[in-house]
Amino acid sequence: MKAAESLAIPVGALLAAMALFGLFVAALGVSPFEAYALIYRGAFASAFSWQNTLARAAPLVLTALCVAVPAQAGLMVIGGEGALVLGGLAAAVVGHALASSSPLAAQLAMAVAAMLVGAAWIALAGLLRHWRGVNETISSLLLTYIAIAVFNHLVEGPLKDPASLNKPSTTPLPERLMIGKLFGWDVHWGLGFGVVACALLYVLMSRTTWGFALRVVGGNPRAARLAGLPVGALVLLACAIGGAAAGLAGMVEVAAVHGSANASLIAGYGYGGILIAFIARHNPLAILPVSVLVGGLAASGGMLQRRLDLPDATVLVLQGLAFVTILGSEALYGRLSVFQPRAQTEPVA
Amino acid sequence: MSDGMGRMDRRQVLKTLGAAGVMGALGARGAWAIGKFVVGVIYVGPRDDYGYNQAQAQAAAAIKKMPGVTVVEQEKVPETTDVQKTMGSMIEQDGATLLFPTSFGYFDPHILKMAEKYPNVRFAHCGGLWTEGKHPKNAGSYFGYIDECQYLNGVVAGHASKSKKLGFIAAKPIPQVLRNINAFTLGARSVDAKITTTLIVTGDWSLPVKEAEAANSLIDQGVDVVTCHVDSPKVIVETAERRGIYVCGYHADQSTLAPKGYLTGAEWNWLTPYTMHVKDAQAGKPLVNFLRGGLKEGFVKPSPYGKAVSEAARKKADAVKAQMVSGDFIIFKGPVKDSTGKTVIDQGVSHKQTDVVLEQMSYLVEGVIGKV
Repeated sequence: MKAAESLAIPVGALLAAMALFGLFVAALGVSPFEAYALIYRGAFASAFSWQNTLARAAPLVLTALCVAVPAQAGLMVIGGEGALVLGGLAAAVVGHALASSSPLAAQLAMAVAAMLVGAAWIALAGLLRHWRGVNETISSLLLTYIAIAVFNHLVEGPLKDPASLNKPSTTPLPERLMIGKLFGWDVHWGLGFGVVACALLYVLMSRTTWGFALRVVGGNPRAARLAGLPVGALVLLACAIGGAAAGLAGMVEVAAVHGSANASLIAGYGYGGILIAFIARHNPLAILPVSVLVGGLAASGGMLQRRLDLPDATVLVLQGLAFVTILGSEALYGRLSVFQPRAQTEPVA
Repeated sequence: MSDGMGRMDRRQVLKTLGAAGVMGALGARGAWAIGKFVVGVIYVGPRDDYGYNQAQAQAAAAIKKMPGVTVVEQEKVPETTDVQKTMGSMIEQDGATLLFPTSFGYFDPHILKMAEKYPNVRFAHCGGLWTEGKHPKNAGSYFGYIDECQYLNGVVAGHASKSKKLGFIAAKPIPQVLRNINAFTLGARSVDAKITTTLIVTGDWSLPVKEAEAANSLIDQGVDVVTCHVDSPKVIVETAERRGIYVCGYHADQSTLAPKGYLTGAEWNWLTPYTMHVKDAQAGKPLVNFLRGGLKEGFVKPSPYGKAVSEAARKKADAVKAQMVSGDFIIFKGPVKDSTGKTVIDQGVSHKQTDVVLEQMSYLVEGVIGKV
């Protein structure tokens, strides 16, 4: 019954969002049914559209974890973008330094470097929170601006490849160090890493004492401290794990897409992850379908623009509607009698 | 109670769906059938940004009117795998055979990858990065020598300025941008060698808040004509107008934003390369991989002069423009010193627009106050 409830409520909310979106496009003079058909065709109707959807979802899975994991400890971290760009930069630097070693070793080193840098960056926000009581939402957001400034400074200054004239970049990685596509699909390995990370973290969160301790800290840090839990260490670790996920996303962008670190890395994936984590209610497993949904909306957004001549903002309206209805629908949990266990046999009015 | 709520919700959902259906039926508007010859245009920002993207969108709007051409457009596409998927969608879902992915950062690796994957599709990129022997034949770049218009901006600004202090707000200190700053300054100093250009670099292509701050700070320092090289000059032009100084536009025509202070502007005229590519594709001729031009070839154009431009300024600028169109005018002609006093172009040396040396520009000319 509980499973049915946690499936039916978000799906119902999504349908409500679609209906509202239908009203919106109708007001613009476009048939909602045509818009629905195009959304389906753009995102899920063929192998091509599935690859389109999954490719757009891939970077978001890892950045969503950067919000979801610290959220278990009661922290609202929104600075995944900073961890992503600095992680990507670290990967580019390490990859260049190890250009002559074996691909596997170099890729592993790149991933580790990116994860360490990302982890350290978000742990900084956790540290400020735990030691000085600085609000982690604000500090992680502001740290992102610092990260981007540091990134730009290094990429346009000391780390710039002199050959990159009008688009300052780090020295490109040799082709053999690039990580390939996922099983021949036109979707990069970021999705694979994301799936593994989500599964691992789900197990960690819901099946280990560590995960339980983390959730206790999230529920009531004072009680957790009284119970003898190492609150500071748990908070820092949760931030570090989240940051490592975002850093890894940066490494994948560099090693699977761009081949070097440059301003194209600052694409807002870190912010996209926030939306997904919230819709997924910070459940690592739920992040996967939600990412696919958001990726699908992005993919079909192009279709709406191209076929109906609607502005890009139309898709943001749909995303916003979905976000609001799904979050709003949380109020329905435990209130819909269909899903309540029928302990009493009173007739339902 | 809870049951009642549940039912009401279902009823509401049904009502909403029904309403949506009715309205949809009333307001039905068919998507156009994807045509015989489909051209896809991709923008990195909004199409109506009064800047880089609008300049491209104007050309796209014009080729829509060409016979047998269907145009599909998509805006705000980041320079990530997103743009690869957008190109792929235009090809696979809309049947596009000619693409204009217009952002500089789309080229490497995105266009290169897609050009390899779809050898029968033409990719025309705005930038000038295509290299013979290195890049696929079905990809190419088009670009314009807009420094010619920036020089004309400088001439007009030089006449208009009373404080002899000009301002330039730039996104990044890269060769393309430095060339514009230098051309603008050389143009202004051809009017009066005492003129200086104060440079502020914001650090990124679209930072409206920083751009407004930069404009205000320049004006506070006594600058009375400002211009820029950022993606959307909108806030800079508006700030200049509000503070009552003159402004020269960039990318597209911004005169409507500053009816009093808009002098002239350096505009792209992308319709020229767009038309060439569309006609070649329709005729089955091979893609011209390297397409460049200035005022003479109609790749760039100055905005019409504003009210505030004096007769003397018009005369001088028109004379220089005529020389540029006939090919007799060279902007970067020695001797040229940089802002530290070092000679960067020797006496007797002239760099024509096609000279690759200009594409590696790393200095600011004498008269520019600022550092790279």
